[in-house]
Amino acid sequence: MVEKQESHIVVKDITLAYGSNVVQQNVSFTINRGDVFIIMGGSGCGKSTIMRGLTGLKQPSTGEILYNGVEFYGSTENGDRIRRSFGVMFQSGALWSSMTLAENVSLPIEQYTNLKPGQISKIVSLKLSLVGLGGFEDYYPSQISGGMRKRVGVARAMAMDPEVLFFDEPSAGLDPVSARLLDDLILQLKESLKTTMVVVTHELASIFAIGNNSVFLDPETKTAIAHGDPKKLLRESSDPKVINFLTRGQGRKVMRP
Amino acid sequence: MTTEPIHPPKAVFEHASADTPVLRFSGTWRIGEQIPTVDEVGRQLLAVDGLEKITFDTAGLSGWDSQFLVFLTDLKQKLAEKQIELDAAGLPEGVVNILTIASAVPERTTGQGEAPRKPFFVSMGEDTIAFFRTVSEMLAFIGSAVLALIRLLTGKAGFRRVDFVSLLRECGADALPIVSMISLLVGLILAFVGAIQLMMFGAQIYVADLVGIAMVRVLGAVMTGIIMTGRTGAAFAAQLGTMQVNEELDALEALGIAPMDFLVLPRLLALTVMMPLLCLYADLMGILGGMIVGVTMLDISVVEYYEQTKNAIGMTNLWIGLFHGVVFGVLVSLSGCLRGIQCGRSASAVGEATTSAVVTGIVSIVVATALITVLCNIIGI
Repeated sequence: MVEKQESHIVVKDITLAYGSNVVQQNVSFTINRGDVFIIMGGSGCGKSTIMRGLTGLKQPSTGEILYNGVEFYGSTENGDRIRRSFGVMFQSGALWSSMTLAENVSLPIEQYTNLKPGQISKIVSLKLSLVGLGGFEDYYPSQISGGMRKRVGVARAMAMDPEVLFFDEPSAGLDPVSARLLDDLILQLKESLKTTMVVVTHELASIFAIGNNSVFLDPETKTAIAHGDPKKLLRESSDPKVINFLTRGQGRKVMRP
Repeated sequence: MTTEPIHPPKAVFEHASADTPVLRFSGTWRIGEQIPTVDEVGRQLLAVDGLEKITFDTAGLSGWDSQFLVFLTDLKQKLAEKQIELDAAGLPEGVVNILTIASAVPERTTGQGEAPRKPFFVSMGEDTIAFFRTVSEMLAFIGSAVLALIRLLTGKAGFRRVDFVSLLRECGADALPIVSMISLLVGLILAFVGAIQLMMFGAQIYVADLVGIAMVRVLGAVMTGIIMTGRTGAAFAAQLGTMQVNEELDALEALGIAPMDFLVLPRLLALTVMMPLLCLYADLMGILGGMIVGVTMLDISVVEYYEQTKNAIGMTNLWIGLFHGVVFGVLVSLSGCLRGIQCGRSASAVGEATTSAVVTGIVSIVVATALITVLCNIIGI
């Protein structure tokens, strides 16, 4: 892609900790507008925690996170405005179980717009059909499969036409074909809506299929040890940990035909 | 499925010459068999002076499972203390492989796991700190509930009307059967106990006063409060706790919707509105219970009982009873929501949250009743 690189989210030197247990420290990276940005690393390295930091669920103990140059945790008004500019898909979908799928998707719209119920329900149907679930409006989350719940999670995240979409382990717990379909969906949405996508995952197939920028988190040194296009990292990285991860522990030679 | 015949497991130590000490295993070494203990075998081995290395013969071994592996690991540890080496060559190939895999990663000795036992003063200190943290969390929760209420009054907070209506029904109409039964029986019991005493003085008619004042002034409210803690407070904690486990609260927060406004406020309001109404209903039921005893046992007529009750109660008692109801509504819903929101992210945490909500609710009801009673006494009503 030869587009102008405009930075969208800038993470400066953040440290995230639960009590005295530091999860990641001095992590910095930049997400450009229109990126499919992968946050990757082995299990337990703090990928999801970094995402919680980015989405306002866990305030970093030091450092700052800038959206379009505005500090997220600077003031409540800025925080609220920025929150409205992104959507989050949680690992298990995190649908509100007491509401139907339509109500799940419509809640953010009802909260933040003055649209009439008829207009809202049209938007909701559109979003649900975008993720292949048209006609499921009146189902409850418990009545559909895990893969469908994730897709409803995507629909809900997109409800407000956000500038950024976050995905927490989109392919976890899905069969390979459904995982692939979800990857395709992410790419199609990015192409058509020009949304910046931030994906937390450790699925190599997804990483190479959709990612064009990334950060690699290391659980031992508790910081980011590599940045950039995952395909390029696979070819050019000199860090044994990164190579090991990107080749499923097989080394570079095996991956090359 | 094992098809081979079961032979008793044996370990025989043969020490024919100094260079070839052999431990001969035979029989079936499986879980459930009476296998020789490591101590027994170890004693035999350690009885030999100058032993440096032993080999194994497993030709007679007809079957093995984890039990055999555990035996070998223990034996190895025991012999390592005496610097005696084990030669694994004689063991079945599978056993050697599994032992190699098991010893590939050394056991973790440091880490963030819970320390097994803490000294008394350390755990006492930690408990004290935890207690103050709990108190401050509770205060913070109450504070943010008040802020949310102010936001609601100024029109900045909102929840779905559908949710509120269904909560009103859940906290109100749905609780009527149980409230009816309990209050009726409490009135009945009160009248029974009172009647026996009052009959001694020929003052049966005052059963109406006793039941009426007790129910209307405090008992109706207290019984309703306790029923609602077990019914609705527990339900609130379980609902919010499960939402916490499923990341549903995170999903709200990520949208910029405060769970306090969206989930806690409607519950707080619904229970606070419905509780005094339920109290009033419980009062009536209690009086009805007393009337049943009065009419059937004490030969008081319905009209007589009604007139006596009406004259006894008075508006002050009624207002005090309703005030109890409002206070209990706030306490029960807040303790249910607090425990639900604080819930951890596991199934057992939801159970703990529910238990804790009920305990907090009942304790706060009893404490509040005591405080209100003392206050009423001081101001003389």
